[in-house]
Amino acid sequence: MDLSAINPVLLIASLMVAATPLLLAAIGELVVEKAGVLNLGVEGMMIVGAIAGFATAVESGSPLLGFVAAAFAGAALSILFAILTQFAQANQVASGLSLTLFGLGLSALMGQTYVGIKPPRMGDIHLPVLSDLPVVGPILFGHDIILYFGIALTAAVWWVLKYSRLGLVLRAVGENHDAAHALGYKVLKIRLLAIMFGGACAGLGGAYISLIRVPQWTEGMTAGIGWIALALVVFASWKPWRALLGAYLFGGVTVVQLNLQAAGVAIPVEYLAMSPYLITILVLVILSADKSSAPASLGRNFHASR
Amino acid sequence: MKLTNLLTSAAVALGLAAGAAMADTTKVGFVYVGPVGDGGWTYEHDQGRKAVEAEFGDQVETVYVENVAEGPDAERVMTQMALEGADLIFTTSFGYMDPTINVAKKFPNVKFEHATGYKRADNVSTYSARFYEGRAVQGTIAGHMTESNIVGYIGSYPIPEVIRGINSAYIHAKKVNPDVQFKVVWAFTWFDPAKEADAAKVLIEQGADVILQHTDSTAPQAAAQNAGNVITFGQASDMSEYAPKPRVSSIIDNWAPYYVARTKAVIDGTWESVDTWDGIGAGMVEIGEITDAVPAEVKEAALAIKDSIANGTYHPFTGPLKKQDGSDWLAEGEVADDGTLAGMNFYVEGIEGDIPQ
Repeated sequence: MDLSAINPVLLIASLMVAATPLLLAAIGELVVEKAGVLNLGVEGMMIVGAIAGFATAVESGSPLLGFVAAAFAGAALSILFAILTQFAQANQVASGLSLTLFGLGLSALMGQTYVGIKPPRMGDIHLPVLSDLPVVGPILFGHDIILYFGIALTAAVWWVLKYSRLGLVLRAVGENHDAAHALGYKVLKIRLLAIMFGGACAGLGGAYISLIRVPQWTEGMTAGIGWIALALVVFASWKPWRALLGAYLFGGVTVVQLNLQAAGVAIPVEYLAMSPYLITILVLVILSADKSSAPASLGRNFHASR
Repeated sequence: MKLTNLLTSAAVALGLAAGAAMADTTKVGFVYVGPVGDGGWTYEHDQGRKAVEAEFGDQVETVYVENVAEGPDAERVMTQMALEGADLIFTTSFGYMDPTINVAKKFPNVKFEHATGYKRADNVSTYSARFYEGRAVQGTIAGHMTESNIVGYIGSYPIPEVIRGINSAYIHAKKVNPDVQFKVVWAFTWFDPAKEADAAKVLIEQGADVILQHTDSTAPQAAAQNAGNVITFGQASDMSEYAPKPRVSSIIDNWAPYYVARTKAVIDGTWESVDTWDGIGAGMVEIGEITDAVPAEVKEAALAIKDSIANGTYHPFTGPLKKQDGSDWLAEGEVADDGTLAGMNFYVEGIEGDIPQ
């Protein structure tokens, strides 16, 4: 065993990168679920975002443009889900699952000519003085801009849901859509916007994998992160900061366990391999011992005539 | 009526119907563990499938299902293929072993071919490539090239095939560089680009400047490229898009001749259950071009190893070799038998860490 081989600064810096796709997808889905919609298509929207962002970045040479395209692609795919569930009143679980399948297939088709291509690199920000600080520099001031965007988005979603009128309306729609409708709020319109927001976030998360974390395009490269994001929203009891904590825990333990393995720590690898799931669930379950519960209208379709 | 009987009779009925409809088409099914676009393992199997189509044209019809999880889902996919009239089904991952045997029992008239496993039946063949021969070449290059003397190895699952590869690479790296040390990380997945990239990054952060992978995607290559002064090897496929550096060479699985031969056997009615395990000599394992990032004398040494393995004068597991715990395994000049290799579940002396059980 040689723990000194692990560099804690590099470790923390890389766990933040590992956590970001998960965080972006989870924050988007959190808003969707707060509006009372269960969209199980996160994985599909992520993978479509991953290829749309990748293709755009390769063609235009600008990773940032890639992220914008990824957000649009994710949102576009989510509109399909919105049409099915909000206007055609289709079952949300079935529609979400088929959205994932559709997204995986569509992304494979879109990505056929992009296998083996290297994307333009997204530079890390470099602040004079701050980025050069020992320890703090690489951890806090040495990342790409999307990582900071993820954290800022978490703060913004938290503030909007908790303090703004918009957040209040969104929560009202999610808790009791009939009451919200009676008060004159456009339930379907609000849900449509929430679904699109969720799609855009998932697309961003996917593009973060294909443009920064890996960076390359491979079919099926999200490999289940969308599903983990879905679970994370539930375990975070629909609270943005807990989603952030959960994402960092999950990303963190994943990287830590690989580090421990490489350093030859005498813990059986099976335990290390399951630890990200176990620790994240444990911590979030303990945290959610308070009285937070799912939005009351979650997964229920709304029609004005009922 | 038992379910198996029901399924068998359904298969017979379907087979008759299908046989009447297209008497001279042989249907060949392929079950893949990853997507055909993974750039590695599954990609090469799909090249083999395309070779079968090119060879026999209208005589055969091929079908494939990708991203099939190892486990009960695989059984469902194989059953479906057999019910749809497949005459020959290739199941291309170690974890399909028991599902293949189970489904083969229900469809005695369908031929099955399971890759990298060790369970056979009258209608189940096994086939694999001696990847460890290629690992010997990689180990030689790795031992010469590493400056930090730390070689990182991304393992997938702790199965004999992967352990053989680690041992073979280590033995040959050690031979040319006594100070070399292997750091092994188990990803517990065949295909998860994000995780594979993380594993590569972790190994690089801990000082490795050579990365060997036994997972299927090209993600570790991309991670090594970003890190800079790190070399890698293509796994299962050439991965030449990362040449000349980080990818300095590769192991290429060439399944096409085998798939063509086995399909021909089914068409001719000469198919028999066999156990095939071919290596560099037979052409099932190919060594991808060694790039100019490798010094000429290292390249020469690697090619010498390759040639001596190909013509049978050298076996990568030749004694004296000890097991990790220090007990004797092979005496001077003794070579490992296939039985021990097929079930290899121990590290050789010098590798640190435990194999997950």
